[in-house]
Formats: sequence, C-alpha cells, structure tokens
Amino acid sequence: MSAEEPKLKRDYLDVTGGWLHGLREWIDARFPMSSFWKKHVSEYYAPKNFNFWYFFGSIALLILVNQILTGIFLAMNYQPSATGAFASVEYIMRDVDWGWLLRYMHSVGASMFFVVVYLHMFRGVMYGSFKKPRELLWIFGVLIYVALMAEAFMGYLLPWGQMSYWGANVIISLFGAIPGIGNTIETWIKGDFGVSGITLNRFFALHVAAVPLVLLGLVLFHLIALHEVGSNNPDGVEIKKHKDPATGIPLDGIPFHPYYTIKDITGVIVFIAIFSAIIFFAPGMHGLFLEPANFEPANPLKTPSDIHPLWYFGPYYAILRSIPNKELGALALLVAVVILFFLPWIDRNPVKSIRYRGPLYRWVLVLFAVTFIVLGYIGMQLATLFWAEIGQRLSELYFLFFVTAWVYSKPRSRAFLVGTFVVVMIIISLLDWISWAPSIAHLKLWSWLIPFGYCLIFLLWPAAMPRLMQPKPVPERVRTKARHGTHAGVRAE
Amino acid sequence: MKNIIVCALLLALVPLAARAQDEGVKLQAANVDVSNTASLQRGAKFFVNYCMGCHSARYVRYNRVGQDLGLSDPQLESYLMFAGGKVTDTMMSAMPRADAIKWFSTAPPDLSLESRIRGNDWIYTYLKSFYLDPKSATGVNNTVFPHVAMPDVLWELQGTQRAVFNTVKNPDGSSYQVFDHFEQVTPGKMTPAEFDKSVRDITNFLAYMGDPVKLTSLTLGLRVIGFLVVFFIIAYLLKREIWKKVH
Repeated sequence: MSAEEPKLKRDYLDVTGGWLHGLREWIDARFPMSSFWKKHVSEYYAPKNFNFWYFFGSIALLILVNQILTGIFLAMNYQPSATGAFASVEYIMRDVDWGWLLRYMHSVGASMFFVVVYLHMFRGVMYGSFKKPRELLWIFGVLIYVALMAEAFMGYLLPWGQMSYWGANVIISLFGAIPGIGNTIETWIKGDFGVSGITLNRFFALHVAAVPLVLLGLVLFHLIALHEVGSNNPDGVEIKKHKDPATGIPLDGIPFHPYYTIKDITGVIVFIAIFSAIIFFAPGMHGLFLEPANFEPANPLKTPSDIHPLWYFGPYYAILRSIPNKELGALALLVAVVILFFLPWIDRNPVKSIRYRGPLYRWVLVLFAVTFIVLGYIGMQLATLFWAEIGQRLSELYFLFFVTAWVYSKPRSRAFLVGTFVVVMIIISLLDWISWAPSIAHLKLWSWLIPFGYCLIFLLWPAAMPRLMQPKPVPERVRTKARHGTHAGVRAE
Repeated sequence: MKNIIVCALLLALVPLAARAQDEGVKLQAANVDVSNTASLQRGAKFFVNYCMGCHSARYVRYNRVGQDLGLSDPQLESYLMFAGGKVTDTMMSAMPRADAIKWFSTAPPDLSLESRIRGNDWIYTYLKSFYLDPKSATGVNNTVFPHVAMPDVLWELQGTQRAVFNTVKNPDGSSYQVFDHFEQVTPGKMTPAEFDKSVRDITNFLAYMGDPVKLTSLTLGLRVIGFLVVFFIIAYLLKREIWKKVH
C-alpha cells in the first residue's frame, strides 16, 4: 500500500527518528499501531466538501468522553441510596472541590449531548447518509440514540429530586402498557412495587456500568461501519467512484489528519465556548436543563402538579399524550422511535442530498424538523385540551413525513398520488371519528385542516405538478467553492 | 439550508413568548445581586434572626458563608451562631421536626435550595404579601401562597396590612374575589422602602444559598471564554494554513 505512494505526505510518527523510531518499529512488530493510525486517521480519505453540519459527529464523541470522565468523579462522591442521594448531590455542589463544575459539566453535558445528536441525525437525513451503502451505519447510530435515551433517563433518577422520582414513575409505568405481562415487567424494572431506593440502586448500576459499556461498543461499531463505507458528504455523491488511477486515492478525498483534525478542533473550540457559557452563566438553562422541581427532594407522598420529562424527551412525550389511551399512546411512542431504524427502506430515492431533491422534499423535511421542535415544546406544557389536540395533529405530521418520504422514493403516477392522499385522509378522519367528543368538536374540526393542508401540498399538489417532486441533476463530483457551478460532467438522475 | 436555520431560529422564540404568560398573583421583581456582599451580610443576619427559628439550611455550612461573605470565624460565632456549635456545622434550626409538625401541621421546608425551586421573585413577593385574616389560625394569610401554615414573622418590621379584593361577577351570577392591593393597618419599625430593602436582602441571601458558586462562576466563565477566543484564533489560522492546498 505504501510502496507506490508518492512522497507527498510526511509520516507524522517518523519525524523524530532515533530511539523513538526504534520503539515504533518494536511496537509495530507486535501491535498494528502505525497501520491503524494510517488506516483510520492519516490515510482515511474524507470528502473535502464537509460543511458546518459535519462538526457534530466529533463533538458528540467529545461529549461522550466528557460524560464518562465527569461521571467517574461524580461517582466518587455520590451515594446511591434513597436517604443519601439528594444530600450527596448537594455535598458535591457545595463541599467537594470543583464538585459544582463536575456536576454542571455532567448535567449540561447530558442536554448538549442530545442537542448535538439531534443535529447529527438531522444532517444524516438531510444529506441521505442513511442510504445504501450506509444502512448499518445509520442503524448503529439509531441504536446509540436509543442507548443514550436509556442512559439519560436512568441518570435523571440519580439526584433523587421530585421530578426524578415522579418522572421515573411515569416512564416506567409505560411498560405496564404491554398487554398481559405489563405489570409484572413494571415491577421487575422497579425491583419494588413503587419507585424506591432499590430502583435507585439498580439505575445507578445500569447508568455507570451497563449502558456506558453498550454505548462505547456501539460507538465503536458506528465508526467501524463508517470507515468501511467511507463518509457521505453534502452533495451525496460517492467520492470512491473517482480515484486517482496511480495511487487509488479518491480525487475528492483528503486525509482525515491533518485536514479534518484541525477543522474539527476549530469547531470543538466554538462548541466548548457555548458549553462553557451555559455552565458558568446559566447551568439550569432557565428550567430546561435543570428543572426547578428537582431541587426538592423526592417525596412519594406529594405529587407535583405537572410531571414532564426533560426537554429531549418532549417530542415523544407529546406523541404519547396525544392519544387518550395508555396502550395506544405507548405504542405510538414506540413506533415513533422504531420507525427511525427503517428509514433506509422508507426513503429509497436514489438522490441522497437535499441539494438535489425536488423542492417539495426540501420543504417536507424542514417541516419535519419544525414538527419535532414544536412537539418538544408541547411535551413540556400542561396537557390542556388545546395542546393535546395540537399535539395529536403534529404527531400525525410526524408520521406523515415518513409516508411522504416513501411516496417520493420514485416518480409516482397521478393515480398513485391521489390514491395515497385519499387513503391517508380517510385514516386521519377515521381516527378523528373514533376520538370524537362534542366538547372538542370545534377544535377538532379546524385542526383537521392541519393534516389536510399538509397532504394537499405534499401528496396532491405533485399530482398536478410532477416536477415538484422531481430531483435535480446530481453532479458527478463534489462541489467546492473553487469548482462551484463548473463541474465537468453533470448527469441527469 | 438557510431556510432551515431561519425556521429553527424563529421556532426557538416560541417557547420564550409562551413562557412569559403565567397564572396566579403577579410577582414583583426581586432584582437581587449576589455580588453585593453587604446586602448578603444583612440578609444572613435577617435569616438567622427571623427564619432559622423554624427553617434550616441543612446543606449550607457557616464557614462557607463566612468565606463567601467575608466574615471571620469569630464574627460568624458572634453574629450568626446564637446556639453555639462549630463553624463547620451546617445551618440547622433548633426546632425539633416532631414539634414543628405538631405546631404547624407541617414541617417547615429546608431553605437551602428554596430560591432554585420557587425563584427569587416568588420569595420576594411572598415575604411581602402577608395580610390580616381573622379566619386563619395564625391570624394572617398570604396572596402568593394562600392558606400557608407559616405565620408572618416579619410583621414587627413591616407592620400589619389588609388585602383589598375586587369582586368579579361571572356571567351566571356567581362571583369570585380578585386581589387588588394592600392597605397598611398598623405601621412597623421600618418604612415601606426600608422593609422592601430588607426583604430584598433576605431574598439575596436565599439566592446565594441556592447557588453559592454563582459568586465565582461568572468571573471564571469570562476567563474561560476569553481563553477559548484566543485559542480559536490560533486554531483557525492554523486551519487556514493547512487547508490552503485544498481546492
């Protein structure tokens, strides 16, 4: 591999020579140190057109390290018991040297982990990074996301505040919705008939040992899969298609090190600056990252007036609450998460990047992001009739995105589009008919216009104007500022 | 992509707009400043004199308060610690919990984190909102926390006041009372302005106890971000140098 290589790149491990060089050879004879470094860092070729959205992968890795390191030090002073947990957190905050910084880094880190992971996932959807040949890469990513949700949920019980306690109660009770064996599973998870010190002990064990091990393993798999297939890019074109015949290096690829190590460092610095601003100036983020009710110790005899999970579970909590039936609500929540695994087989459009998808796909994706954010907001509101109804409509839009993405997979006939529109509207109207109540009749009637308008634009409109879902020609090579608009070959998709 | 960013930014404003509206009595702005050490010292004095008879601050140590508020150990012992004990103790009330439950039907909550649970404005308004109510066991009631078990411990300073309610009629003929304003009944040792200042000092001390690191984290944060700005400039110049060759 290295014999034919031009002497363009310096070997970064070889600059010192002498005894260090000898040590390196000694190690390389016993452990693939240099070849590993080359394969995954200095000779891993990444597309040269990465943009802003490509910072979040390395930042997510940084936060994972932050969570593990601060977590280790927190565990040194934390007491996982119903009588000692709350006091030990305050002990860390007040009496342990720099304990407050460790705790805020860990609690703000948890929220920022989700901010970054959501942006990272959105990047993947935007540029079609989940599509062939990256389906497994995407699935490992969604598994990481699910493990992260488990990790965050269990970690949130540990401060043993009111919201920790009651939030855990609500979320564990969801397992009770499983038909037949639900209650048994609920008790099995709690280890008791209610959330208690026993639950706290097991959540602590899972939070500090079991789930982090799973997470690290999954992150490793995610990276192995990435390096096997290579990175996607904002243009969604495969750089491996055009290689230098002499060297076999992709023409639009640049070595990860030094190009992306230094670029990611600049992104990481900006991120740490934002992270620090939150930690030092507003660690609670006005109740978003640390809820006021959680500064009150857990009290099984006093139910808070409003129980809701932290912001990052908001969208799913809104979907759960949008259905006034516990079993069906829990099922909708489950489907909302599980459907992500199937995205590579739902959206099968050969054009990956949003840059070359039809105009309607761009807008449906923007609307999906908006839906997710607004659902998150609704998840944190009191469940009034109004918010429940809007939550129900937006939950419908959440699932309709996947329907639309499936419809846009290939050119569709007029009859197919009209047929899909009719079927979807019948299903939605049937759901309304089932949950009909005279008290919310007015609300239901006007809010019906939300999914109706959505389907009218995204399913019926392209039947009249097929070019709205037609992709643009995809360039053969990646676009860069220097080459923008002057690519040699443009092929029609 | 620009569309997405614009939409996301607009949406980020939605929760802010919706958060502004809240129900219940309108809270007054506490306007506390935890960097005002003199105010914190006065607040600490009021706290041990008027609050600690019943309430504890079980996570707050005397010597930490001394360190943060510029009080030496002998000063702590003579100004803040009336019941003896060591400066390394936490601020525990002498009132036994069982007695408290017998006398007030509920144990007075620990105040270490009260400012983080309720917020500074709530504490400030609450302490000012006791009014005479002969129907209540303590003789007073509170507009912010109706039927609260706590008596008006600051009445000597504030004097007593009466609440004036407006009657609002429902369309169906029934009516309900809406609080309008307070009227002074008997004067206290302090003028209303002095009393407001004292309540602000107490609130400030509670705000300090809720998050004692706030005193140092602001300046530390500025230093950290200052360092990162310099680091970013250097890293960015290096990035530009390395990326020169890429077209």
